[in-house]
Amino acid sequence: MRDTLAAFVEELRAAGIPVSMVETLDAANALPHTDLSDRENLRATLGSTLVKQPRHYRAFDVAFDVFFGGRRPFAEAEPSPGGDQMGSGGGMNDEAFRDAVIEALLAGDRDALRQLVGNAVDRYAGMQPGRPVGGRYYTYRVMRRLDADDLIVRLLAALASTDTDSLIEDRIRREKAEAIVAQLRTDVDDEVTARLVDERGAEQVAQSRRIALLEDVDLMHATRVEIEEIERTVAPLARKLATRLSQRRRHGRDGRLDVRRTIRRSLGHGGVLLDPRFKPPRTSKPEIVVLCDVSGSMATFARFTLQLTYAISSELSKVRAFAFIDGLDEVTRFFGPRTDFADALIKMSSEASLVRRDGHSDYGRSFAEMAETYGDAVGPRTTLIITGDARNNYRPAGVNHLETVVRKARTTFWLNPEPRRFWDTGDSVMSSYAPLCDSVDQVRTLRQLEAFVEDAALSRSHSRQLIG
Amino acid sequence: MESQWTAPDDVSVALAATGYLSDARIAQVVYLAAQLDKPILAEGPAGVGKTALALSLADATGRRLVRLQCYEGLDEAKALYEWDYHKQLLRLQSDEGATWDDVEGDIFSESFLLTRPLLEAIRSPEPVVLLIDEVDRVELETEALLLEILDSFQVTIPELGTITAVTKPIVVLTSNNTRELSEALKRRCLYLHLPYPTIERERAILRSRVPDLPEVLAEKIARTVASIRTINTRKPPSVSETIDWARTLIALGIAELDDEAVSDTLHVLLKYQSDIDKATRELSLPNGAGVVPA
Repeated sequence: MRDTLAAFVEELRAAGIPVSMVETLDAANALPHTDLSDRENLRATLGSTLVKQPRHYRAFDVAFDVFFGGRRPFAEAEPSPGGDQMGSGGGMNDEAFRDAVIEALLAGDRDALRQLVGNAVDRYAGMQPGRPVGGRYYTYRVMRRLDADDLIVRLLAALASTDTDSLIEDRIRREKAEAIVAQLRTDVDDEVTARLVDERGAEQVAQSRRIALLEDVDLMHATRVEIEEIERTVAPLARKLATRLSQRRRHGRDGRLDVRRTIRRSLGHGGVLLDPRFKPPRTSKPEIVVLCDVSGSMATFARFTLQLTYAISSELSKVRAFAFIDGLDEVTRFFGPRTDFADALIKMSSEASLVRRDGHSDYGRSFAEMAETYGDAVGPRTTLIITGDARNNYRPAGVNHLETVVRKARTTFWLNPEPRRFWDTGDSVMSSYAPLCDSVDQVRTLRQLEAFVEDAALSRSHSRQLIG
Repeated sequence: MESQWTAPDDVSVALAATGYLSDARIAQVVYLAAQLDKPILAEGPAGVGKTALALSLADATGRRLVRLQCYEGLDEAKALYEWDYHKQLLRLQSDEGATWDDVEGDIFSESFLLTRPLLEAIRSPEPVVLLIDEVDRVELETEALLLEILDSFQVTIPELGTITAVTKPIVVLTSNNTRELSEALKRRCLYLHLPYPTIERERAILRSRVPDLPEVLAEKIARTVASIRTINTRKPPSVSETIDWARTLIALGIAELDDEAVSDTLHVLLKYQSDIDKATRELSLPNGAGVVPA
């Protein structure tokens, strides 16, 4: 078991989950108190000792299922090399086989189901030994041949009750059917994984199944599920950014002596000034202005920055958001604290006036509008955050307009979701704008955004020194 | 440490006796914490029973609960200990003739110490459960205060030396994950992620907390709430709100959970008008649902 644990920790680290030496030792110490034959018990032990971050659990589960999961449900059934062998399907034809699956699913008969899943993999997966694959494709093949969508429809029909026709009831029933089929998919996946592990060993299979951690997912190409998960992590991040920018210093006693309160306190000690009181340091109230390119190429990323803006606006009172394509409009009103974010996005795209000509980004024109129409939005306390890929469609860059805006701001950050090596290629004019900004960062992943938030504090103190 | 527990099942039984329904994972983590003398860090959304876990643990083990509620600006003097200035001053004034050494040794002794929750938990002669609630509310720097206690159950006071725990407390920290906790803190704890309960568990919780609730209705409530949680609302319904909802339905004498009934009582479950609107739309409920007072 110790060797397996070491290999498992190795795999977690390779997947990007930070596991320290101490935590590995904790896991080893916890193993004697764990029922190793119970998969979920072991999962609880390893999960609680090795992984301390909710968003890492997805990657943990993938690795765990390869290393300790599956464990061939019925060891005597030999994997059938060479793929489609109809013989092990119990002689049923496809239709009869699917009926049997439905029946087992409805009855919740786990034993029958295990048998059937094994058969299904024999029949449909077409596994070929020696191929270095993670096995997701095999699972997909089995589920397609079982026709998952049709399974849901048939389960729904069977679950339908006679007495009610309530919509809630319908929705609940559909979710139930989907959950059952999702479980079936997991079972098939376990079976496939177990066979692959038998063939090639856990380390290799884990390697080919490895998935990117949420913080390393490319925001521009994230799946819907990933985006939802990422959006859940935005609120804590926004809070952190808000705190960083507020430069509140509660710990430093660098305020001036508060004579009145010091004397008042001393009365309790017979007039001895034991406990000097200080005036709290003045806290600056930061103002944040976000300029966000929401053109087509930026859509995914814009959604993300707007979400960040939305989250910050519930932390700080003075947040203004501007969106632009080839025209610029203030969108703060859509993202107030009492609104729903998804609704706000829809309202913004239908009501805000962002297009003047052809709907392709025009940074120069947008900056000009910012300088002329909303010149008073930016002041000496303003932190200006611009997000965009600086792809200007070969139009005038309007550097002077941006300069007008930036000169009034305290700090200016530019976040560009494009990889650094693509900056200034084609119609990107990043380097024209870069000298005006306090920092220009590539932000493609959550990890990079977190790094930016950390650094925001540093550049803030830097610029404060300059202002003196 | 808890010698009466020899398997995680014992933990679930003990917790169930106090009215806390655990699941296999919670039971195993609590069991490990007891076996290995490690603190538990319970993290998850508000209202899934993180604090309740600590309360029930105290109940189940018959230990006293010592609670440190965290907040922004919590410091050493509020969490660990403080010297009693007033008493020290009185002592000095009442004893003019004494030598410096006498007085110094004297006023920095334990009788001039005001213990705060952390020190209290360490010094307690009988074993306690220490609950450090909402630890994500203190600043990152303040977390460091906790580290010594968490890894070796001791507190160092410069004037007195190190005070080590007489009996090892069971320590539970809770966090709503409003900010990320430091690596140092997490490393010292067993991590227990508490998401919203599964449908089965929530149904069981309903049955135990609302005994009048018919089985069928409990099942429907649990499934409806699970369904609402899949909608991206600002504040998804917590377990306590589910329980409130069940109680409301019973009080109103609603036995059948149809669209009308859900729509009329949705405001018990969801606390923002925008969420109510959204749920009404997503579940395609009849309109004009659940008006909350402004």
